[in-house]
Amino acid sequence: MGGTGIRIEGLRKRYGSGDTAVDALKGVDMHVAPGEVVGLIGPSGSGKSTLLKCLGAVIDPTAGRMTLGDEVIYDDGWRVRDLRALRRDKIGFVFQAPYLIPFLDVTDNVALLPMLAGVPNAEARDRARELLAALDVGHRARAQPSQLSGGEQQRVAIARGLVNRPPVILADEPTAPLDSERAMAVVHILNEMARRYETAIIVVTHDEKIIPTFKRIYQIRDGVTHEQVAKSSPVAAVALAQHAPSNGVLPGSVSGSPR
Amino acid sequence: MISLAGRDILHSFGKFVFTGFGLGLLIGVTLVMAGVYRGMVDDGKALLDNSGADLWVVQKDTLGPYAEPSSLADDAYRSLLAMPGVARVANITYLTMQVRRQGRDVRAMVVGIAPGESWASPGWPPYLVAGRHLTRGHYEAVADLASGFRIGDEMEIRRHRFRVVGLTRRMVSSSGDPMLFIPLKDAQEAQFLKDNDAIWRGRRRTAGNPTFNRPGDAGVLAAVNDAQSSSNSVNAVLVQLAPGVDAESVAATIRRWQRYTVHTRTQMEEILVGKLIATSARQIGLFLAILAVVSAAIVAFIIYTLTMDKIREIAVLKLIGTRNRTIAAMILQQALALGAIGFAVGRITATWAGPMFPKYVLLVPADSVIGFFAVMAICALASVVAIRMALQVDPAEAIGG
Repeated sequence: MGGTGIRIEGLRKRYGSGDTAVDALKGVDMHVAPGEVVGLIGPSGSGKSTLLKCLGAVIDPTAGRMTLGDEVIYDDGWRVRDLRALRRDKIGFVFQAPYLIPFLDVTDNVALLPMLAGVPNAEARDRARELLAALDVGHRARAQPSQLSGGEQQRVAIARGLVNRPPVILADEPTAPLDSERAMAVVHILNEMARRYETAIIVVTHDEKIIPTFKRIYQIRDGVTHEQVAKSSPVAAVALAQHAPSNGVLPGSVSGSPR
Repeated sequence: MISLAGRDILHSFGKFVFTGFGLGLLIGVTLVMAGVYRGMVDDGKALLDNSGADLWVVQKDTLGPYAEPSSLADDAYRSLLAMPGVARVANITYLTMQVRRQGRDVRAMVVGIAPGESWASPGWPPYLVAGRHLTRGHYEAVADLASGFRIGDEMEIRRHRFRVVGLTRRMVSSSGDPMLFIPLKDAQEAQFLKDNDAIWRGRRRTAGNPTFNRPGDAGVLAAVNDAQSSSNSVNAVLVQLAPGVDAESVAATIRRWQRYTVHTRTQMEEILVGKLIATSARQIGLFLAILAVVSAAIVAFIIYTLTMDKIREIAVLKLIGTRNRTIAAMILQQALALGAIGFAVGRITATWAGPMFPKYVLLVPADSVIGFFAVMAICALASVVAIRMALQVDPAEAIGG
């Protein structure tokens, strides 16, 4: 990815109007560079989900500016005509629960996105299988989502978020349903993927176990972000190293160049 | 692009098939109802076809012999036979009644035909599946298979017993009752003759009338009594025309010179289909309309429920960039697939169950084609509610908070 990753300047979101208006975001500034994973933390009601929805182009901000790579996508109004295509091609999503489509097998869950973008089925499936192998779930490619463990489901969800090689991935509490071992494995995968594909990843989390693993953290409070540079955490570094995928082939197994 | 609808159906195949099966039974009932109506029309046409007549000569100003009572003298056929263009004529009587068979009643249309004439005469059963035609003047019968009679069985009609000597098929009245053919004289007696007590009382009344019972002139009383206890009426005279003769012109001639009412084949069809079974047709039509509405409501409910179960998946699909038309197509395809399964089950059910109905159920291929497209249209219409709901799902629902 060229450019500056994702940059947000003075983003505001107001719900309602008049006396009942609520300012959920009061001027958020944020920047995530390509290949970087940052944490977004904050108490309930602080505006995390609203920010994520604005970044995900599913709700309209009230004002501000957002730049994705070299492209200004919002500047006091959307600058992209097709938000659906924007979400499909340039933003990856990883949810709190995997939310895999239950009637598609693992491969097609991942391949669906490129298919929606018009990639031929065979090519989309090849791309999905490569990514699944990289995430150490290649052996479950033909399985149904209900046959996977929670950790496997989350890795498939990450593969789905990555499959179109988006410049930014929004991860909404991706480790919430996982035990600490699996949570650390997911964080490791996100870091590896960000590095390999130069993807900017924003992880919204409450999970205190993984917070020390981020180099930069944005704390959001009352609709305003405060940047913190995390102190180096030797415990977290060791934990991350311990939870690398068992096959140890994660980075080198994906062919093709990042966008 | 993969078929999302197809994958979803395969994923919950059992649920889908069972739902389609339930819907299919409803569609089967609908097809059978349509088949009952077609069967009534076909029974009416079979009645006309099997009579072999080109013209029906009946009592003046009546719609007889099937839709209204009609009575004319049994020697009227002689003058009709002499009319230009007429090839064959035959007296005939029709009487729908309960016939006793081994202690049980069988609803049947008893048809009186003149025995001994060529079997090609109008009114005769055109073919037999077993046994022989009537050859004797009394107490023999040819029965339709649907009556349940077999060769050699005996039946009671009024005071007399008849032995079945032949069996035929698809010889039914316009209301679907099987026909029993018996000799004309016996049929006239069954239809027009009074019972013994009524005859006896009639004779006493006649004897008490000085006009008929004149002293020294016993012949008058005997003649009147004889007239009262014999029957020379028939319901209609069936006329077969010579090849190439215009039915309407012969009918006009008979009306003009014989002063009877004459119905051509076209008019008779109009009487049977347009008048005799019109009320039943309206009733069935109303049933079909209600069943269509019920089917639509059921399909709409099923599709709505299936879609409700997938709200979260739909939100995810929308979030990751699935077009609305892809989601709408998924729901529509599922509704159509449900309709197709339902129709297949319904058609098989109707084919299987049709013959079990006491009345003739005729499943016309054209009705099935129309029914299929109607089911598809209903399913498409029923999916609108679910599609509307799916399109209103906010993709933001996939993101927590």
